[in-house]
Amino acid sequence: MNETTLSKTNQEVDIDYMALDRIIDQEFNNDKENLIMILQVIQHEYNYLPQASLLYLSEKIGVPFSQIYGLSTFYSTFSLEPRGRHIISVCLGTACYVRGGARVWESIQEILNVSPGKTTEDMRFTLEPVRCIGCCGLGPVVKINEDIHSRISREKIEKVLDRYQ
Amino acid sequence: MQVRSIKDLEKIRRDYRKKLYYPGGIKVNIGMASCGIAAGAKASFEKALETFPQGNGTQISQTGCLGFCQEEPLVEILGNSKPRIIYRHLTEDKIPDAIEGYIQGDFNTKWILAQLRDPRSLLEDTIENPLAEVEPIEGVPFLEDIPFYNKQTKIALRNCGYIDPDSIEEYIAKGGYLAFIQSLSQMEPAEIINIVKESGLRGRGGAGFPTGIKWESCAKLDGERYVICNADEGDPGAYMDRSILEGDPHSVLEGMLIAALAIGSNQGFIYVRYEYPLAVKRLVTAIKQAEGYGLIGENIAGSDFSFKIKISTGAGAFVCGESTALMASLEGKVGRPRAKYVHTVEKGFRDKPSNLNNVETYANIPVILLKGGQWYANIGTEHSKGTKVFSLVGKVKNTGLVEVPMGISLREIVFDVGGGIPKKKTFKAVQTGGPSGGCIPEKFLDAPVDYQKLTELGSIMGSGGMIVMDHDTCMVNIARYFLEFLKNESCGQCISCREGILQMLEILTDICEGNGREGDIELLEELATMIKRFSLCGLGKTAPNSVLTTILYFREEYEAHIRDKKCPAGVCKALFHYEVDEELCNGCYLCALKCPQEAITGENKKSHIIDQEKCIKCSICYEACKFGAILIK
Repeated sequence: MNETTLSKTNQEVDIDYMALDRIIDQEFNNDKENLIMILQVIQHEYNYLPQASLLYLSEKIGVPFSQIYGLSTFYSTFSLEPRGRHIISVCLGTACYVRGGARVWESIQEILNVSPGKTTEDMRFTLEPVRCIGCCGLGPVVKINEDIHSRISREKIEKVLDRYQ
Repeated sequence: MQVRSIKDLEKIRRDYRKKLYYPGGIKVNIGMASCGIAAGAKASFEKALETFPQGNGTQISQTGCLGFCQEEPLVEILGNSKPRIIYRHLTEDKIPDAIEGYIQGDFNTKWILAQLRDPRSLLEDTIENPLAEVEPIEGVPFLEDIPFYNKQTKIALRNCGYIDPDSIEEYIAKGGYLAFIQSLSQMEPAEIINIVKESGLRGRGGAGFPTGIKWESCAKLDGERYVICNADEGDPGAYMDRSILEGDPHSVLEGMLIAALAIGSNQGFIYVRYEYPLAVKRLVTAIKQAEGYGLIGENIAGSDFSFKIKISTGAGAFVCGESTALMASLEGKVGRPRAKYVHTVEKGFRDKPSNLNNVETYANIPVILLKGGQWYANIGTEHSKGTKVFSLVGKVKNTGLVEVPMGISLREIVFDVGGGIPKKKTFKAVQTGGPSGGCIPEKFLDAPVDYQKLTELGSIMGSGGMIVMDHDTCMVNIARYFLEFLKNESCGQCISCREGILQMLEILTDICEGNGREGDIELLEELATMIKRFSLCGLGKTAPNSVLTTILYFREEYEAHIRDKKCPAGVCKALFHYEVDEELCNGCYLCALKCPQEAITGENKKSHIIDQEKCIKCSICYEACKFGAILIK
């Protein structure tokens, strides 16, 4: 996380510390073993992991910030940058790959003019690869938010994307 | 109500068996696992509910996955004294007509996949076949006879697709929790362990360690110990654990309870992938229901045995499927494996003895306890007992989850169960064992599937992903794909794995882009040996397998890329181009219409031409041509 992203992200969200405190204390017993799940809840709340929330978490739960930063970068579902309104996860698992998942992956990048892991300028979409969501029989599969779209082809993808504004 | 004895279970069993097999009116079971939902099952479910509200003689229910993904959404309709029919591709537009037709006695046979001959699972042989008196529909095959199902033996998947996963009562009606209550009230831990040892069950997660022996070593130790379920199913192309958790979560909970009893543990953990939200939801419901019946919690069934289960989710790290990494992640830490001089059975989670088994392994346990170790050991081969669930995917006609006895040949799985290769293409290889496995070519298709044989062939059993590839698949590109996956998933602590995979990947990328050099194959082999030897965990030790097996079995394809600068499969874009065969092309203009670059021109009824400057090799024309006139050159 470099200086510029840090300052940018700090300006963009207000952290509800009371809510954060409730999550850490009541839902997760202030227990270090639940750190990964706490991070997931924070990310669910803000769509990414704002630095301020991580600093608070570190203080509250008694784990050095460096370790929390380590967790946030080690696990692929976490993002330290704000993400788009809709998250597109393109399955690049083997079964989808063999059935043309890579072509879908490339064409979404072309259609939206966005590179892997990044967000479109209008904050509409974030494009991410996913390892396998276990719908291998119906590949290639694209997940947008919580909806799974099966047997996606280059022709179909544009229509599907139109549904998410 | 609290379950305190086998009698209590029997009562629930009797009540709910009626609902399962002899519903008052018409019962509609819609397969609502992730794969079914992706194919439109949720829309079908809502449409069915809207058209036939509950309580008017029609009951709409959800079930797990019957395994035949190709035909989703799968919907089963049954009624008292009527045949049980499974409809395929029953999307929202068709489901009202299908249900209405069933009520009227017109079964819309064109939508039918099959009818059931016998809906009982293998734990229900004490009751009569509910369909014994029912007149079958003429001309409709039985599910048990269609090629996708007739070689299958369902043990781990016994209930998937037949019960509502959110109903503990339906699980009990199918013989659930009987094995646990019996073990609790009538057996010593050593007896349980002996049965599991006798069964020869080996870990279904990948490494294949004998389950009974693992339990025995854990049981011998002193102090607090844990029972952990590995549901971090990371192998791309494998989804049997998801299907079991979504379709029959109680079978896993019961397996864990029995393990806890045998080992002497009071605390269990299930580590589930973050990517499986529905599995987590169903597990949470299942645990709550089991607590409600007093089957999980303090003093279970009035005994002095207590057991709790906590669900933890991962956050997207493939390496967390490795036992030591998983336990580190459970502790809320970064999931990096450690050296296993001391096994996790002795010092695992929280440095305490920890017994880790995979979802499928636990799902087998209740059946083994009820049917006996010897019964289970009679299925399979000398060293690999029982059945294994495979996810049959890729370029194969019938994709889905199949549970087959060990020792069946790869050919039977791919060609009989799977129905062979679609679109008149030919078989090239089957990849087993996920990114750590290898690609097995046609000449070994008759090899029996068991742990030993797959290892001999340079692959592994792994968690059971089976990805079929046809001649349009480039083996060099596939090897590159796996290395790219592993490069991203390497935890980075061993130089051999972190840097070695990266170097191999760069060489393979060069080869795929037409910059391969003489000696690259040998260099890849050298690097592979180094990575295997010097990496700490299973991920690194097996990472080069896909490259090694493709070099071993498809060396000529590597050579074509390096020497001739050609990709015979037409995948590596720098190494081929498309041409129109003048003889075969009849000028139908379909390819030109579909070409996104308008690169194809030609007069009607005359052979077309591809403008190589404009062509982006997207393969749309190649796939569109009905005459095979687009050639890979």
